[in-house]
Amino acid sequence: MTIPVRREQPLPDRSAGLAHHFDDLEQQHAAGSLGMWLFLVTEILFFGGLFAAYAIYRWQYPAAFAVASHEADLVMGTINTIVLIGSSLTMALAVHYAQLGNRKAVVAFLILTMVLGVAFLGIKGAEYHHKYLDNHFPGPDFVFPGPYAQQAELFFIFYFIMTGLHALHMVIGIGLLSTVAVLAWRGCYSSEHFAPVELAGLYWHFVDVVWIFLFPLLYLIDRHK
Amino acid sequence: MSEHIVQKKTYFAIFLTLMVLTVTTVWVATIDLGPFNIVAALVIAACKATLVLLIFMHVRYSPRIIALCIFAGILWLALLIGLTLTDYLSRSWIASPPGL
Amino acid sequence: MDNTMESESKIPEKRVDYLNVDHSLKSWLLTTDHKRIALLYLISITLFFFIGGIFAVMIRLELLTPSGNLVQAETYNRLFTMHGMMMIFFFLIPSIPAVLGNFLVPVMIGARDLAFPRLNLLSWYIFIIGGALAISAAVSGGVDTGWTFYTPYSSTYSNSHVIVMGLGIFIAGFSSILTGLNFMVTIHTMRAPGLTWFRLPLFIWAHYATSIIQILGTPVLAITIALVALERAFHVGIFDPALGGDPLLFQHLFWFYSHPAVYIMILPSLGVVSELIACFTRKRIFGYKVVAYSSIAIAVLGFLVWGHHMFVSGMSTYASLVFSILSFLVAVPSAIKVFNWTATLYKGSIVYDTPILYAFGFIGLFTMGGLTGLFLATLAIDVHVTDTYFVVAHFHYIMVGGALMGYLGGIHYWWPKITGRLYPEGWSKLAALLVFVGFNLTFFPQFILGYMGMPRRYYHYPPEFQALNVLSSAGASVLGVGYLIPVIYLLWSIKYGPAAGPNPFNAKGLEWQTQSPPITQNFETTPVVTEEAYDYSGEEGATVARS
Repeated sequence: MTIPVRREQPLPDRSAGLAHHFDDLEQQHAAGSLGMWLFLVTEILFFGGLFAAYAIYRWQYPAAFAVASHEADLVMGTINTIVLIGSSLTMALAVHYAQLGNRKAVVAFLILTMVLGVAFLGIKGAEYHHKYLDNHFPGPDFVFPGPYAQQAELFFIFYFIMTGLHALHMVIGIGLLSTVAVLAWRGCYSSEHFAPVELAGLYWHFVDVVWIFLFPLLYLIDRHK
Repeated sequence: MSEHIVQKKTYFAIFLTLMVLTVTTVWVATIDLGPFNIVAALVIAACKATLVLLIFMHVRYSPRIIALCIFAGILWLALLIGLTLTDYLSRSWIASPPGL
Repeated sequence: MDNTMESESKIPEKRVDYLNVDHSLKSWLLTTDHKRIALLYLISITLFFFIGGIFAVMIRLELLTPSGNLVQAETYNRLFTMHGMMMIFFFLIPSIPAVLGNFLVPVMIGARDLAFPRLNLLSWYIFIIGGALAISAAVSGGVDTGWTFYTPYSSTYSNSHVIVMGLGIFIAGFSSILTGLNFMVTIHTMRAPGLTWFRLPLFIWAHYATSIIQILGTPVLAITIALVALERAFHVGIFDPALGGDPLLFQHLFWFYSHPAVYIMILPSLGVVSELIACFTRKRIFGYKVVAYSSIAIAVLGFLVWGHHMFVSGMSTYASLVFSILSFLVAVPSAIKVFNWTATLYKGSIVYDTPILYAFGFIGLFTMGGLTGLFLATLAIDVHVTDTYFVVAHFHYIMVGGALMGYLGGIHYWWPKITGRLYPEGWSKLAALLVFVGFNLTFFPQFILGYMGMPRRYYHYPPEFQALNVLSSAGASVLGVGYLIPVIYLLWSIKYGPAAGPNPFNAKGLEWQTQSPPITQNFETTPVVTEEAYDYSGEEGATVARS
């Protein structure tokens, strides 16, 4: 499928949901899709800066990062990975039903996705709470026994900033999905026009992909020791 | 518009694959592979990400420009990390002249 | 093409265009018309240009005398920092894309608007919010870290408003990203029928290449500034050596964006110059495809050279060698453009109107700036002239002698299209001359000063450097006058200038096929393109029918 070429004249009977500056829904959809993907590319580089800094420091301090990583809760992290991938499944199904024009199924799966997202955030909150109680919050109150205290603090700086930024994106995603769910419930979408569901889905899946990389990098360093 | 409608069972199959890969990556981390632990972790993560991109995010059924954009983003991240690493990796190879 | 719409000197009949369709403030502040948004940006960035200019005036006043007697050293640090930040982030980065790009990209491709008009308006508001934060940082005392924010000074030791300023730049960065995103989607999906990629104006190719950089580079700056702000706010040592952090890592992350940023600043200007040369030599640009590809090449290669800002900061010598070689490589596509323009000028029927005077100034000054960039890319030379006025002169040749001249040339060329009015040619030529003379007087002495060893960012210097500094400050006064004059006559022309007609320069290009100023939806009916770009072949030694 290629990007459609402009027609010579705007079609006289314009479809519902078609913006004035587009010729047809096909062009509008192509533009919206490319626009969302380009935004996701900026997110690759936004998170990417953090991954780059993390990579440099982990390469410099492998032992310290391994020891610090063992303090991350592997059970909670694994459960969260399962929860988030599950939410990607429900999101994909929501888009699937949008393609079929099934209004109620769309809303149901969007709600399910949001519930899983909130569950993820709840588990993350519990993790953060444990880290706080262990004095692993970077800053003046940071305490880490052993010879690797300073580089361990560096690890935890990245742990909190990377998972925190990810969590912020999840919150935004849940807000996005709730807006789309309300509009879907009101019948604003059809099997011809459901781009907002699809685009919100792209955002949600992307946040899942970021976690797919965060999980092994932060939780799975040298777990054989 | 992605005219192509992916079947529900495909989505479930991908989900199960992702679950298997998740279990695998946790299990591999408990085995001592030396420097290949990080390689294995990243390869498995890349496989999972690819499945999400191609099927959940419909890249397989989208115009090729989309795949090009994703590839560019990943390439640019690789350039950032790679070229920065050339500095760090080579710092010990030669002592800088005095005054530099 | 209809030239008989109205005689050029009569006041035009009451005809609806995008300017007079609605005069209310709400229709301007809530507009989604890309042309109105372009004007909103024009007003905003002109304001930031003059704010940055005031800081420049203070700098040049202080440097009239060898001793530091106008301001204190700490104040001087804030002056050059704020000058740099305002000029780079709030004037140069937006300039051509946000003003000329926003106005022209849809019109040049025969579209009714950009792909995402509301996102376009949001981009402007984001820019204003970022700018307001920057101004508030400025009036509360500014920042003294240098525009480069180097750690650990910026993250730990500076006593200035780093976080507020950083937040302003962070926010303004999103305006840049969204503009690039909008352009890229528009160019991909909304070209008129018949407008294939290689029939596009080179202005469009330039903005496409710029968008690549905006999308791929700006997010890295954003996260880097965020890390500095977090380090400052929460006293966590991301770049603090005491914790094992590395200040050089900041520099790698910072320059990964900030080097390609200079190509964000110059690529659109290169695109403008191609348009000006084609129109005022009445010829197709020589080697159109090569020039188009060179824009993309600059965008891509520009990401591979950032280490040349770090030759003396502790980076490994081997990495420095790699970056040095790559920096030589990135000069090639720029040079190709200059050669192609020269070939276009050869045996062209040149008309010496104001826009092409700016283009000529651009070619000469950009070439000098580019050549001195090669000197700086040479490791052995850079060790001696880095952090001296040689570098300062180099980048001002590119950004002022290059980018700003292209911007002014473009503003003059498309002013009749944007406003429907002609500016007074005598005054505009005078201003162009003053800008060119003033510029060279200001910045050429700085090459010599740098070569002789005068460091940059110092508020005092050895007395033997005074003569050249005085020359530089004198030149800056001339330059300032040269910038003020266009503000006056351009504003004057809006009310009193003669009507321009749809195509006062008899130029090729879709933007000249519609009325001046255009109607809100740009074209009555969608144009169909059948010609190559710049198809001036039909003319026999024609001159521009200037009204």
